[in-house]
Amino acid sequence: MTATDTGPTPRPPGDEALDETPTEIAAGLSTQPTPDSVPPGVRLGLVGTLRWLWRQLTSMRTALILLFLLALGSVPGSVFPQRSIDALKVRDYLAANPTWGPVLDRLGMFDVFAAPWFAAIYLLLFVSLVGCVLPRTRLHLAAMRAAPPAAPRRLRRMPEWRGWQAHGPAADVGPEVLSASAQHLRASRWRVTQQAYDPDRGTGWVAAEKGYARETGNLLFHIALVVLLVAVGYGALWGWKGNVIVREGQGFANTLTQYDAWAGGRFVDPANLAPFSFTLDSFEADFERGAAQRGAPRVFEAAVTYRATPQSEPQQTTVEVNSPLAVEGAKAFLVGHGYAPHFVIKDAGGRVTFDDSVPFLPQDGNFTSTGVVKAPDATPQVGLQGIFLPTAVVDQVRGPHSIFPAPDDPMVFLSAWQGDLGLGSGAPQSVYKLDVAQMSKLGLEALAPGQSWTLPQGAGTVTFTGFERWATFQIAYDPGKELALAAAVVALIGLSLSLSIRRRRVWVRVSRAHDAPGTATLVEVAGLSRTETGGLPVEVDELSAAVRSAAPPVVADGVSDPGAAMDTLAPPPAPSDPTGRPVQKG
Amino acid sequence: MPSAETLAQVSNAAIYASMLTLSLAMLAFAASFAAGRGRVADSVLTVTGAAVRASTSARSASAGGVSVVTAAPRLPAVEDDGANIEPGRRSGNIAMSLSWLGFGLLLVGVVLRGVWAGRVPWGNMYEFSISTAVALLGAFLAYSLRRDIRWFGIFVVVPVLLILGLAVTVLYTEAAQLVPALKSYWLVIHVSAAVICSGAFALGAALSALYLVRARAERLAGADAVPQGAFASRLPAADRLDGLAYRINAFVFPLWTFAVIAGAIWAENAWGRYWGWDPKETWAFITWVIYAGYLHARATAGWKGTRSAIICLIGFGSLTFNYFAVNLIFNGKHSYSGV
Repeated sequence: MTATDTGPTPRPPGDEALDETPTEIAAGLSTQPTPDSVPPGVRLGLVGTLRWLWRQLTSMRTALILLFLLALGSVPGSVFPQRSIDALKVRDYLAANPTWGPVLDRLGMFDVFAAPWFAAIYLLLFVSLVGCVLPRTRLHLAAMRAAPPAAPRRLRRMPEWRGWQAHGPAADVGPEVLSASAQHLRASRWRVTQQAYDPDRGTGWVAAEKGYARETGNLLFHIALVVLLVAVGYGALWGWKGNVIVREGQGFANTLTQYDAWAGGRFVDPANLAPFSFTLDSFEADFERGAAQRGAPRVFEAAVTYRATPQSEPQQTTVEVNSPLAVEGAKAFLVGHGYAPHFVIKDAGGRVTFDDSVPFLPQDGNFTSTGVVKAPDATPQVGLQGIFLPTAVVDQVRGPHSIFPAPDDPMVFLSAWQGDLGLGSGAPQSVYKLDVAQMSKLGLEALAPGQSWTLPQGAGTVTFTGFERWATFQIAYDPGKELALAAAVVALIGLSLSLSIRRRRVWVRVSRAHDAPGTATLVEVAGLSRTETGGLPVEVDELSAAVRSAAPPVVADGVSDPGAAMDTLAPPPAPSDPTGRPVQKG
Repeated sequence: MPSAETLAQVSNAAIYASMLTLSLAMLAFAASFAAGRGRVADSVLTVTGAAVRASTSARSASAGGVSVVTAAPRLPAVEDDGANIEPGRRSGNIAMSLSWLGFGLLLVGVVLRGVWAGRVPWGNMYEFSISTAVALLGAFLAYSLRRDIRWFGIFVVVPVLLILGLAVTVLYTEAAQLVPALKSYWLVIHVSAAVICSGAFALGAALSALYLVRARAERLAGADAVPQGAFASRLPAADRLDGLAYRINAFVFPLWTFAVIAGAIWAENAWGRYWGWDPKETWAFITWVIYAGYLHARATAGWKGTRSAIICLIGFGSLTFNYFAVNLIFNGKHSYSGV
């Protein structure tokens, strides 16, 4: 829970607290249930043990430890590559660390945020949270209905205390003071209760409390965290997301088979995805040409035509990095782009065996891109491994590479293979990898757009006709995100309330002055706050000022030791200051 | 409209001038700190502590001795005019003036950087760093308007100078346009919140570190004795340091929560998911959890004081790690350093 509610509370809130110390009363401002301790030597039995375990789990100390475990447990999620972010990196890591990789994998280090041990931490934390919040909610609701507790007998022991003797008998001054106090407090929206002046006992008081919203906010914050967790889980079970590369001029329809990668929650039916579709009409990219951050992306724009359903009218829009396409509850985000060089492959007889553009995957910030072309229709089959360079440079150290991401001087560097592509086995094959186990190398060549290469051994020709751009779209559907946002906003409001509002109590009491009961009245104003931000002294001062105007003091106050002032109050001298302002001393 | 080169030169010159001014302020703060023993805040604290009880002294003092006294003169006031006899007062005043000047110059540098780039100046680590320096120094100066915290100046100006030094040497990049991912009004919301949080969390961490020093000296000195040591004896009471640190952290924590939520909303809009455990997100989460632990620890028996302060420092360590290590080492979606 938040920072102010602490310590053992042997007493329910709102209890009559007559002789308590400020600490004890302050503890009463908290609605936190107390962990009950087991006396030594007592056997608990099964129920008792369970109860004890539950108390342990819901204690603040356990919550703290779980919080730190949660923080600590998240660290490997940033240190090791994560499958949920980049499965390829995990594969590379495992290949590079054959000894420790599998061990780490078994420990869930590559799926930290889906690992059972991580789930155990946050589920225990949330159980602990619920076990803490529920009883507190009950107590808080009771406290909200209850009247503020009675004034303690010794107000002087409160952290804030003002006291003076007022002129006149308590029977006259008392009711006036009490009503003035109650009026002042109600006007400042305190919850007020009072005991009218009792002539027999010679005393009466007003008690007031404020700042209930602190605990309300605190509980709201914690409940909202539970809702947030539910929303995240709901989104994960009923949501899905997929990635797809779409070339310029090509279309995409929202069915599973069209995705390059797709992942859905347990309760998603992949056969019944919303039937929207879109076409990538064109893709614009622009890059920094100035010296500072040269090559950094400046503009990405994908012009698309989409249909919400196969029957609906096509609509045109532009998808940018911060402005996705929203359609049928899903959103299509522009997350990447690249080049797709176009090749025409002919066999020795001039028959076209391949005529298409092929997405090449960028390898660096300047879009040095790699890819393969497979022409299974050729006999024997032909495969190309290629590097596409938008702005080509060849040097001794790095070989062919691109020095700028825009296509200022595009070239492809190809190695051609002939033989069996290995597609006949039925085993799934990556479209970005050429299986050269049953192929022989024909040669290497560099081509500019429009150039052709006559393959050796009469294997035909390859023409690099030009290139298109492609864009990667991430298409996501998360039905839990609105709830998650609402929960987050409520949590933020609750948090702000619980950290800014001060829970505090004030009391005003009038009683007959001990030494001059017939002619003077003792007026006391006291305050107690459980929060660390100040402000209570000022409030007590304001309250004192309001009371003073109803019952002006007859002797000086402002002495350094209020206790001493109380004990040594002399019989009231004549009012020294007709305006009622306290006489300053020292 | 002056040319881009002029703007760039003026912006950089303002930053360097600010560093020079703040270096002088640092010397003056150091002189003030070294000379000062019984400073105003401490005197109020002592008197109040004697008058009421020790348990409430921090609260009464922190409410501002002077305003309480004028409202209801129940305590002997330590008037401001009595303070010119206080050692280190003059150098403290000089230091404050220099800090304001340095702050003004820094602000000019940051604003002109934004004008030069034609956007908010939060596009790379250099800009983020100089903005954080503004936030840190600004938070201190704003607080100094309400309370006499000149003794704390040295512990603010030194980190500000470190940040600026790092910014102009290691992180410096020429102003350039934003990458498309940053072209969103969420940049203004999310990053400004993060900048303010970084600055204010730094203040809280400095106070917690000082608390640890002072609390140790107080423990060694015993309950009623005055702590020894040239450094610790010049610090305010441990209670007060702890209270100040808490106030700052309790103020910043909701703002940090907001920064994270705003980041999540932006991420949903830019990357298609509101939370994806990108290294930056992971460390923002870790930082959030540690500071949540700090707030809980301060209310848990056995965890108050030293342990809480250490948790606060760990939380700030996590924040710093998130800024430097995650931007420069980990390759994530937040790699906008421009370095």
